[in-house]
Amino acid sequence: MEKISPQEPARLEIESISVGYNGAPVLQDVTFQIPHGARVAVVGPNGAGKSTLFKALVGLLPLRSGQIFIHEMPLGHHLDCVAYVPQRSEVDWRFPVTVADVVMMGRYGQMRWLQTPGRADREVVRTSMLQMGITELANRSIRDLSGGQQQRVFLARALAQQPHIFLMDEPFTGVDSTTQEATLQLLDHLRQQNVTVLISTHDLTLAASRFDSILLLNKRLLAYGTPQEVLTPEYLRQAFGTHVLKLADGAVLVDDCCPPEDDHVHGSSREAE
Amino acid sequence: MNWLLEPLQYAFMVRGLLAAVLVGVLCAIMGTYVVIRGMAFLGDAMAHAILPGVAIAYLLHGNLLVGALVASVVIALGIGLFSRGGMVKEDTAIGILFAAALALGVALISSIQTYAVDLSHILFGNVLGVSTGDLWMTAGLGFCVLLVVAINFKQFMVISFDSVLAATLRLPAEFLRNLMLLLLAVTVVVSLQTVGVGLSVAMLVTPAAAAYLLTRRLLPMMLVSALIGACSSLIGLYLSFYLNIVSGSAIVLTATVIFLVVFLFNPLQGLLRRRS
Repeated sequence: MEKISPQEPARLEIESISVGYNGAPVLQDVTFQIPHGARVAVVGPNGAGKSTLFKALVGLLPLRSGQIFIHEMPLGHHLDCVAYVPQRSEVDWRFPVTVADVVMMGRYGQMRWLQTPGRADREVVRTSMLQMGITELANRSIRDLSGGQQQRVFLARALAQQPHIFLMDEPFTGVDSTTQEATLQLLDHLRQQNVTVLISTHDLTLAASRFDSILLLNKRLLAYGTPQEVLTPEYLRQAFGTHVLKLADGAVLVDDCCPPEDDHVHGSSREAE
Repeated sequence: MNWLLEPLQYAFMVRGLLAAVLVGVLCAIMGTYVVIRGMAFLGDAMAHAILPGVAIAYLLHGNLLVGALVASVVIALGIGLFSRGGMVKEDTAIGILFAAALALGVALISSIQTYAVDLSHILFGNVLGVSTGDLWMTAGLGFCVLLVVAINFKQFMVISFDSVLAATLRLPAEFLRNLMLLLLAVTVVVSLQTVGVGLSVAMLVTPAAAAYLLTRRLLPMMLVSALIGACSSLIGLYLSFYLNIVSGSAIVLTATVIFLVVFLFNPLQGLLRRRS
């Protein structure tokens, strides 16, 4: 397994974690380090544990074993430095809040219990909405938003958290082109801010072109390194099994549009070569 | 104007009005959470579940409010205990406890001699029988509930809207949920005097539902809800005085009429507005 050599001390360290819901663990014995400000694509078939990894990183799922260190401190020490945008936000979209209210919730982590939003908070909310192109929606009720607008509101809220680590679960899946473009611009903005970014994606082209490194996951960590190092037919076959098709010109096609929920069969089909 | 002042000659009527308005405001504000979190069933169950507490307090000649308060806290914590960690689904836990408590309450009350009258007061309220002590207790409890809501306003909003963010921000979600259950329990107990066990869910849900249709943000929704709750109590009590009908019913029916008017004619999304 390749490792990128960190330019500076790793700011996110995952030490042999296993994570699961009620049954068997979804992630097993995963270890990696991500340096400060890196942009990492998390790639793997459905059910590989990409969302599970993110949920573990924000403390939504307990660790069965292993440890997570952020800035060399155990998880939970830095309350406000990880932001997470789930693939589909399971919130009630009829809730009586405006777009600006939702983005302001991103500031709550940095306010004391009784504190009300101050000028600095409102300024962060304003620039976050500007970055995601939703300024004109600020006073709209969230009941009236389209799917892409909802996604941008949640990205703006995560941005308003001013996180050191930004997790996005499949931000490019099933969104309109405006939102896709705004998300790509957000990536560049976060690069300038030196924010560490982890994105799970099915889009290998995007992963290869826009990211420093790729983390290939299928319940275990299969490979972690630069796109050239990771996106090899061997690794992809290990990850996606028989869903990988190597084309004549060296391109690799991954057929992963509607895989079964439980993906462990893929792991056993790697000897089919 | 005389008809407005006439009922106020009677001290019991003044106390009743004050109690009804206090309860109307309190229920309407907690009802905002009930509506946006979809806890109407819980609110209704809570109201019925305090019956054994009231019955025991009555049998022991204690304060009915105190008895109800103890019962509601026991029920709120019981629901939290049963549904903890997903062992039993929350609405199932509510159903079990609610029916059991109601059965126990009726069983206890049926052993009392003046069964019918007392039961009807408990079920439908007796706002005109509110004593000065009751009034102070209502005001005190109401103030405490509103204070806790004000202190936890941000946190309640986050746990109600987005549990993932609540977890990311490391909010003590379980504690906050239990706290909210407790506040709901206290509110239901206080509403016992005016509208009784049977109708308290209406005081929680109806003004807040009307306010939801009129507003787009949580705080304005609460304030509008409180206003509707207070008006329902005032108008309802006057109607009850002049038409000689049960006060609880008059209050609830007034709130329902306000809701219907809002539902049909409100400028944001009224049924009739949308079609025209």
